[in-house]
Amino acid sequence: MKVYRNSIYSFIYIFWGILYVVGTDAMAQDDTGENPNPYEEVLPGSNITISMVPIQGGTFTMGSPDSEADRDTDEGPQIEVTVDGFWMGQFEITWDQYELFMYKENIKRDSILIQDDLLRDTEADAITRPSPPYEDPSFGMGKYGYPAGSMTQFGALMFCKWLSAKTGILYRLPTEAEWEYACRAGTDTTYPFGDDIAMLDENGWSYENSEYSYHKVGEKIPNAWNLYDMLGNVAEWTLDHYFADRYEIMEGDELVNPWSEPQALDPRTVRGGSYDDDPDKLRCASRIPSNPDKWKQRDPQIPKSFWWNTDSPFVGFRLVRPFKKMTQEEIDMFWALNLDEE
Amino acid sequence: MNEKHSFTRRNFVKGSATVAGGVMLGGLPLKSKAHAAAETIKIAVVGCGGRGTGAAVQALNVPQDVELVAMADAFSDRLESSYNNIVEKVGDKKRVNVNDKNKFVGFDAYKEAINLADVVILATPPGFRPIHLEYAINADKHIFCEKPLATDAAGIRKVLELVEVSKQKKLNIVVGLQRHYQTVYRELMKRIHAGEIGQVTGAQAYWDGGGVWVHPKQPGWTEMEAQMRNWYYFNWLCGDHIVEQHIHNLDVINWVKQDYPVSCQGMGGRQVRVENKFGEIYDHHYVEYRYADGTIMNSQCRHIRGCFNRVGEEMIGTKGKADGRGTIYDLNGNVVWKHRDENDPNPYQQEHNELFDAIVNGGYINDLENGAKSTMTAIMGRMATYSGVELKWEDAINSDNILVPDKFGWDVNPPVMPNADGSYPIPMPGKTKVL
Repeated sequence: MKVYRNSIYSFIYIFWGILYVVGTDAMAQDDTGENPNPYEEVLPGSNITISMVPIQGGTFTMGSPDSEADRDTDEGPQIEVTVDGFWMGQFEITWDQYELFMYKENIKRDSILIQDDLLRDTEADAITRPSPPYEDPSFGMGKYGYPAGSMTQFGALMFCKWLSAKTGILYRLPTEAEWEYACRAGTDTTYPFGDDIAMLDENGWSYENSEYSYHKVGEKIPNAWNLYDMLGNVAEWTLDHYFADRYEIMEGDELVNPWSEPQALDPRTVRGGSYDDDPDKLRCASRIPSNPDKWKQRDPQIPKSFWWNTDSPFVGFRLVRPFKKMTQEEIDMFWALNLDEE
Repeated sequence: MNEKHSFTRRNFVKGSATVAGGVMLGGLPLKSKAHAAAETIKIAVVGCGGRGTGAAVQALNVPQDVELVAMADAFSDRLESSYNNIVEKVGDKKRVNVNDKNKFVGFDAYKEAINLADVVILATPPGFRPIHLEYAINADKHIFCEKPLATDAAGIRKVLELVEVSKQKKLNIVVGLQRHYQTVYRELMKRIHAGEIGQVTGAQAYWDGGGVWVHPKQPGWTEMEAQMRNWYYFNWLCGDHIVEQHIHNLDVINWVKQDYPVSCQGMGGRQVRVENKFGEIYDHHYVEYRYADGTIMNSQCRHIRGCFNRVGEEMIGTKGKADGRGTIYDLNGNVVWKHRDENDPNPYQQEHNELFDAIVNGGYINDLENGAKSTMTAIMGRMATYSGVELKWEDAINSDNILVPDKFGWDVNPPVMPNADGSYPIPMPGKTKVL
């Protein structure tokens, strides 16, 4: 297994953010005009679409105050963060969408050899497809219209890379900052609908109301920016390495598009809580580190699958597409950093 | 959940109370008392694929003082990659103490590795399991042994002969049917056996998935090497996927019933996975099993990508229904009990923790008989789908249809050879004889 680059413990700004600040004036979106619209991305070779909604950039307070109920210490101190505009998936990626990526090729073996060579194969082979999962990754909870779960962050990113290659547009996971900014939708309360936990039931699926299963995407009330299931249903992968003391370290810096560069395969940050979480995790500021010991515990082989977690059907993802168009060189650099490619 | 020992499988397999630790101490091959204080338990792994590697790492993660001293595999490349993975995962040089002369390669490599150890991990393809079990038990070793325990009835008969021998020698043997070491199943069985869903009269068992790896034949490989590297697709090595994987779910229903089926009939075939590289196994089986009390178990397993997938079990009782995920329903479909497993221990680790705890502290675990009979349940199912006839347990287990040869070597022809076009003879219902 390859080890992620041993770069120093640091937080860097995503480079396109820097390019944006340096190279253009305030609202320049060189491929979209100033008022980007919602659109449907048609998945290549199918009639399946992904709904994308525009999220205008802005500055917000990330994290939660000491006074917030059920708050964990990794949510503070609160920091001021600016993010550039982007489109975000209106819904979590569903199985019908993810399976277009899974089943394109025939059997791929999940063996020592393929895993050692996986990242190189990715280059040679255009995009490597997921290996067959050990068990049914939906655990019988539903496929079509239901959120895809159980994939590793690598598996989620590879979907993004595949879609990017197919469309020529960079699709990726949101950074933690983008995710929380979008979740809050302009609010600074515990939930995007205020502080009243009694209203959570109609806004998200948690262990309290889910009946032990995820549900079709889009059944609960969306937030003010028309995003569904940000809290609950499946928790969502972000692009960031998880550090418990992240905000402490960033405090006082000018934070534009902050991102914790991956230092290892785990832990990465997961957001939003899930149908399998108690309501205390379904808060805008709640942060969950990926936990391979638990989330892969019934994977009996070593090396374990790069693609699938045997024990986290409650983690999925949604897409982000930055307004700022990137060059192919920048896109290549992005994947190189995030997938540890040569 | 502090109910680790409230219900373990040995309670029903042995049909008697657990033997108290103190009684066992004197007879243990390992001299536990002295051992616990001073000696390091020596482990050998036989079969260095992904599962053997995983099992070795779990064995090295137990709290007792253990070290890996020997490894054996048919292939040196598999052994070396396994060794490197173990070193990386364990990260503790003291616990991985395998010098080059204790890395044994070839068909007979198991003997020398087993000789050097106190506890052996048997994780080769299952066709070899009876041979390795016999050698390890005769050599007085404690054993962690992967499922299944054989690929044919002759192998099962051999293993059943070894059950009594291993008990007389007080060897601890854990079989890798890890659901027996998984909290959700233990909690569920406690409730089912206490009658919470009434009398169980029907059951469903599933392993519907996408299938596994394949390594297409390379120039220079003999037929034996090609089959050994693709052991999953050859019955003498694998037993077909109904035996190699679906055994887990069949075993759960046996556990529910505290019994084994008396007969079965079924159907199966090879519809999608038909290329020569996929050897001779089927890609789907459906089997209807009957227990002595008339209970029917419907079993389905499939290796076809892009289809409905499910791995699990359902039990239908006179008062309600249970699901292997840890849910009990009343007759109206309302959930009356649900196990939340978020803080449960890893069953793959737990099976090693309990094995080494028994070895050192004088408990006693012997999963061999259940492992053999659950394997036989699956083998009987395969015999039914291949032949298309209804089979009785007694006839199936006494079948002299022997798959595993008695001679092995890279230049020896395996028991199934390809036709001129590279295809393999495929079992045909209505024609294939299994008795």
